[in-house]
Amino acid sequence: MTAQETAALRPEVRDVTAAALVSAPFATAMVEIGHERADVVVVSADLSKYTDVAPFARAFPDRFFQVGMAEQNMMGIAGGLAKTGFTPVAVTYAVFATRRAGEQVQMALATGSRTAVVAAFLPGLTTPFRATHQATDDLAIMRAVPGMTVIDPMDATELAGAIRAAVSAGGPVYLRAQRGDVPELIVPPADFEIGRCILLRDGGDAGLIGTGLGSQWALEAAELLAGRGTQAAVLHVPTLKPLDAEAIAGFAARFPAVTTVENHSVIGALGSAVCEAVAGTGLPCRVIRRGVPDRWAPAGPLDYLRRSLGLDAGSLAETVTESTGGR
Amino acid sequence: MADPDLAEVATRIRRRVLDMCAGRGQGYAGQGLALADVLAHLYFRVMRRRPDGSYLDRFVLSTGHSAIGLFATLGEAGLYQQEELHTYGQAGSRIEESPLEGTPGFEITAGSLGQGLSQAVGMALGERLRGSGARVYCLLSDGELQEGQVWEAAMSASHHRLGNLTALIDNNNMQADGVTAEIMSVEPVVERFTAFGFETQRIDGHDHDALRRALPSAALPSAALPPEPAQDRPPEPAQDRPRAIVLQTVPGRGVPEFERHHKVHYLRLEQSAWAEAIAALG
Repeated sequence: MTAQETAALRPEVRDVTAAALVSAPFATAMVEIGHERADVVVVSADLSKYTDVAPFARAFPDRFFQVGMAEQNMMGIAGGLAKTGFTPVAVTYAVFATRRAGEQVQMALATGSRTAVVAAFLPGLTTPFRATHQATDDLAIMRAVPGMTVIDPMDATELAGAIRAAVSAGGPVYLRAQRGDVPELIVPPADFEIGRCILLRDGGDAGLIGTGLGSQWALEAAELLAGRGTQAAVLHVPTLKPLDAEAIAGFAARFPAVTTVENHSVIGALGSAVCEAVAGTGLPCRVIRRGVPDRWAPAGPLDYLRRSLGLDAGSLAETVTESTGGR
Repeated sequence: MADPDLAEVATRIRRRVLDMCAGRGQGYAGQGLALADVLAHLYFRVMRRRPDGSYLDRFVLSTGHSAIGLFATLGEAGLYQQEELHTYGQAGSRIEESPLEGTPGFEITAGSLGQGLSQAVGMALGERLRGSGARVYCLLSDGELQEGQVWEAAMSASHHRLGNLTALIDNNNMQADGVTAEIMSVEPVVERFTAFGFETQRIDGHDHDALRRALPSAALPSAALPPEPAQDRPPEPAQDRPRAIVLQTVPGRGVPEFERHHKVHYLRLEQSAWAEAIAALG
């Protein structure tokens, strides 16, 4: 099997500089799922309007449970609902789900085998606030939970597909989600298969590996590099767990260095997972990790934060160029 | 009216608890002995069983360390053989001191305290949504009330009008570091649960008559019970209010030596001491 085949799916991907915006894809998907699945229920901790579940609440008031500002209780309630035959989707911000209610997610939702979904909004740097709201450690925490499926979708198409896959996962799922207008890069419909990597763009000069918004950023860098004559391949890893280590190793085998790009700390999520996948294979491939450095990020709009942290397209392209020896 | 059958069941549960501890010479005997009476009522009178023998009503053990009492009760109900229960706490045994969800008879993972009532709330919401008519009983301990999540759960139980939920608080005045009243007082428990919207009462957790009155069987509504003196009869539970029953219990109940023991949170004794304790049960 060639590396390209290992990396598997190549959906139709729009030009990253001309992505369409889709309004509230999570809300739309949840309402559709609600019509199809009477077992799906939503639990919210006073953020329904800010996490795109208000439409579900209006459409299915009996299956929407408001618990107020109490995320620990919310995760416990979700666990109880799961044990009475329902498929709970507990929706809040990623920081609250994994920090304040991290233990409840693990004990109430993840020590059994029932399907339960934590939909975590404001992933990474997608908030103007600082440490209180920036979830730059959530994937690392959830990736270490036994049996937890961890997904960081890159766009509206993938988010809609991922929540559908999540409610049928057969176990606990941590799903990062974006609210409001979300770019659509993958042309729908596109089935989301848990664990599958996507080769967003191919090229033989350099390799980028992304997850979530990081994959968008990697595409932007690849576009910039193409204008300079460097053809970069971009492998998208939406599922951090279970990890398709084989596809990642197959991709890494093609390059002397790969650059990982993620909307998360460089510790514990994609960068670490790629290192783990490559280490031990004997591949002569360096892994350069780009994400939020090991410090609290500043406050500000996303483009400012990206520039501040070296995650803008120009900085990433420069990193890739350096990794290829300046080609 | 005394209920000799349930008192006898409770004694058999206590015997099983002590035999379980005797296997390894240690365990949470104090909790198991203290809870034998209420568990006897729940599993042998209150909770309804389907024709196939499975329980319609749900019991959520939030105090994971009290698993010994539930194991012993489930043994009495025929779910476990005493031979297996005797391996309590031993390496490789599924009769763990603090088991996880998935162990037969255990609805949740509860060893980390403070989390059970939330899951019981979720179950009560789920059962109401399903229209099953099932009731949910959740056992907490007084020390556990120090965890803030308990009060988040209590608030949500009354907000969502969960008349199918009953919280049972094992008020044993004992926790890991000592006497609850000295570590961090949780009293007044009745007033606090009442303030959170529960219909609350405090009873002697070893008084079988009081347990019978406080925990009416769903299959046999309290209206069908023999009349009790008016002052002893609790008000009829409102249909949409959760209930809390504060059980005044004595750790080690039934074994006089244990009842006098001040550090009964976890007991590690010689084999002969366990045999003497079993004998003391009568």
